[in-house]
Amino acid sequence: MTPLIDSTLQAAAAGVRSGAHSARELVDAALARIDAVDARLGAMLTVDAEGARAAADAIDRRQAAGEPLGPLAGVPIGVKDNICTRGLRTTAASRLLERFVPAYDATVVARLRAADAVVLGKTNLDEFGMGSSNENSGFHPTRNPWDTSRVPGGSSGGSGAAVAAGECWGALGTDTGGSIRLPASFCGVVGVKPTYGRVSRFGVIAYASSLDQVGVLARTVDDAALLLACIAGHDPLDATTSTRPVPAYVPGHGADLRGLRLGLPREYFVDGMQAEVDTAVRRAVAELEHLGARVQSVSLPHTPYAIATYYLVATAEASSNLARYDGVRYGERVADAGDGVLEMYQRSRAAGFGPEVKRRIMLGTYALSAGYYDAYYLKAQRARALIARDFEAAFAACDALVTAVAPTTAFPLGARTADPLTMYLSDVLTTSVNLAGLPAVVVPCGFDNAGLPIGLQLIGRRFDEATLLRIAAVHEAASGMRGRRPPL
Amino acid sequence: MPITRDDVRRSALLARLSLTPAEEERFTADLSHILDAFTTLQALPTEDVEVMRPLDSELAPLRDDVVTNPPAADALLAGAPDLHGRLFHVPKIIE
Repeated sequence: MTPLIDSTLQAAAAGVRSGAHSARELVDAALARIDAVDARLGAMLTVDAEGARAAADAIDRRQAAGEPLGPLAGVPIGVKDNICTRGLRTTAASRLLERFVPAYDATVVARLRAADAVVLGKTNLDEFGMGSSNENSGFHPTRNPWDTSRVPGGSSGGSGAAVAAGECWGALGTDTGGSIRLPASFCGVVGVKPTYGRVSRFGVIAYASSLDQVGVLARTVDDAALLLACIAGHDPLDATTSTRPVPAYVPGHGADLRGLRLGLPREYFVDGMQAEVDTAVRRAVAELEHLGARVQSVSLPHTPYAIATYYLVATAEASSNLARYDGVRYGERVADAGDGVLEMYQRSRAAGFGPEVKRRIMLGTYALSAGYYDAYYLKAQRARALIARDFEAAFAACDALVTAVAPTTAFPLGARTADPLTMYLSDVLTTSVNLAGLPAVVVPCGFDNAGLPIGLQLIGRRFDEATLLRIAAVHEAASGMRGRRPPL
Repeated sequence: MPITRDDVRRSALLARLSLTPAEEERFTADLSHILDAFTTLQALPTEDVEVMRPLDSELAPLRDDVVTNPPAADALLAGAPDLHGRLFHVPKIIE
C-alpha cells in the first residue's frame, strides 16, 4: 500500500470522504514528515500543529455524522507566509512582521477552509516575495529537497520545497515575476500562475500590485487544477478580480492534442542556457507534437527588454506598497526611536527590512522621483505595453507557448548573492508573463545530469488556464514524470 | 548617468530609510550597476506607445456604498507596537 504522504491530493481527500483514513491521520502524517525532514530544508516558518489537528478533528466528526465534505476534505495545505491567516502569525519572511498576527483570513485561505482543506502552516519565502532563491528570507534560507546544497528557487521556495518533500499535499504561492514557476521548476512540482484577475489578492501582502497573483503548487496536474478551482473566481473584496465564471479545470487524460497550435518563442532559447534544459524542453515539445499538436516558431521581439521593464515597474510599485510599514499600527518599532516621528519611521524601517528589500525600495523610489520618472518608470510602462502586444500577436497564430522556466536548474546557495543583477537574470523567462497579465503552468519535464529537476513552462491566453492544464496533463502522462520524488 | 551618493541619500530620505555609511556606499554602486544594465531600454522607441492599463473595463466594477467588513478594532489594535489605551502612540509630531 502507498504510504499516506505519497498519495495524491485527490486520493487523500477521497479517502477522508469515504472513511478509508481520517483527516487526523493525514495531518499527523504531514507533521511527522515535517519533523523528519524540515530541519534540513527550512521550508516552514510556522507549523500550526494544534490548529491543524483541531481542524482535522472537526472534519472527522462531520464525516462520522454523515455530513458531506468539500473537495479538499481534510487535506493539509501549506500557505506562503505573505498570505494572511487569521490568528496565525504571518511574517512575509520579514523581521519587521515577525510578530504580526492577522485579524482576518485572506480570501484564498477562507476558500481553502470552505473546501475543507486544513491549513498546516506557513511556508518560507524571500522577504515580501523579493527574490529568486529564498536566500532573502529574513529568518533562514530554504534548501532544495533534491540537493540541499542548492536553492529551491524563489520567492515561493518554501511552498515548492514543502510540496516536493511531501510535507503537505499542495501549497499556495504568489507570483510577481516568476515566484511560483521558478520553485516549481527547481523542485520538480507542478505550479500554476493564474491570469491577473483570476484569483483574489484580498489579504495578500502586496509587493507589486499590477503584477502580483496568487497561485498553487502541487505534485500532479490534477491536484493543481483542483486547488486552482477552489480558490479562483470573483471576490467582492478585491476589485481587480474578474467576474468571468470559473470553468471546470478538468485536465484531459488520455486526450490527444490534435488541432492544438503550439508556439516556440525564438527569443526564449537564450544564450548560456544549460544544455540539458534546452534538450529537455525540445524533447517535451517533440512529444507534444507526436501527440498531435502542431508546433511553430514564433517571435516575441521585446523579450530582451523584459528584465529592465519588470525590475523598474515592480520596484516602483514596491516602494509605494511598502511605505505602509511605519511602526505605528502593526509591525516592529525600534526601542530607540530617536527624536521625533521621522526618525522613528527611518530607524524602524531600517531595522526591519533586509538588504534586498531596501535595495528594491531604493531603486523604486529613485525611478519614481522627480527628474527620473519619465526616463525610468514611464519608459518601462510603455515597454510593458510592447511586451504585452508581442504576446497578442503570437496568440493570433497559436493556442499556447512552450518554453523553459529558467536557463538553468537549481543553483548552489550563495552562487548569485554577490551581484543582484545576476540574481535578477534568473527571471529572464518568467517576468514577461506577469507584465502581460497572462496565465502560465509549469510541469516537470526531465532531470539534468546532476539529477536536478527541469520544468516546462506553458503560457496561455488570458483566462485560458484550462488549455494549459490540459496540455500539462497530457505531457505528464506521456513523460513518466508524475510522482517522481526527491530521495530525502 | 552614474548614481551619486547624494542621489542615494535623497532617495533614502524619500523612502524613510536610515542607511549606514556602508549601505550608502553599497547602494550607490548597486543602483549604478543595475540602472547601467537597464540603459538598453532607453534605446527602445516608445514615443507612440500608450501606457498599458492593467485594469481593463471588465475589471473594477462598482458596488453599493455599504459597510461589508465587520468591525474588528480590538483585533487590529492588538498588533500595534505602542498603544495608549485605544490610541496609537507616536513620537511628538508638532512642536
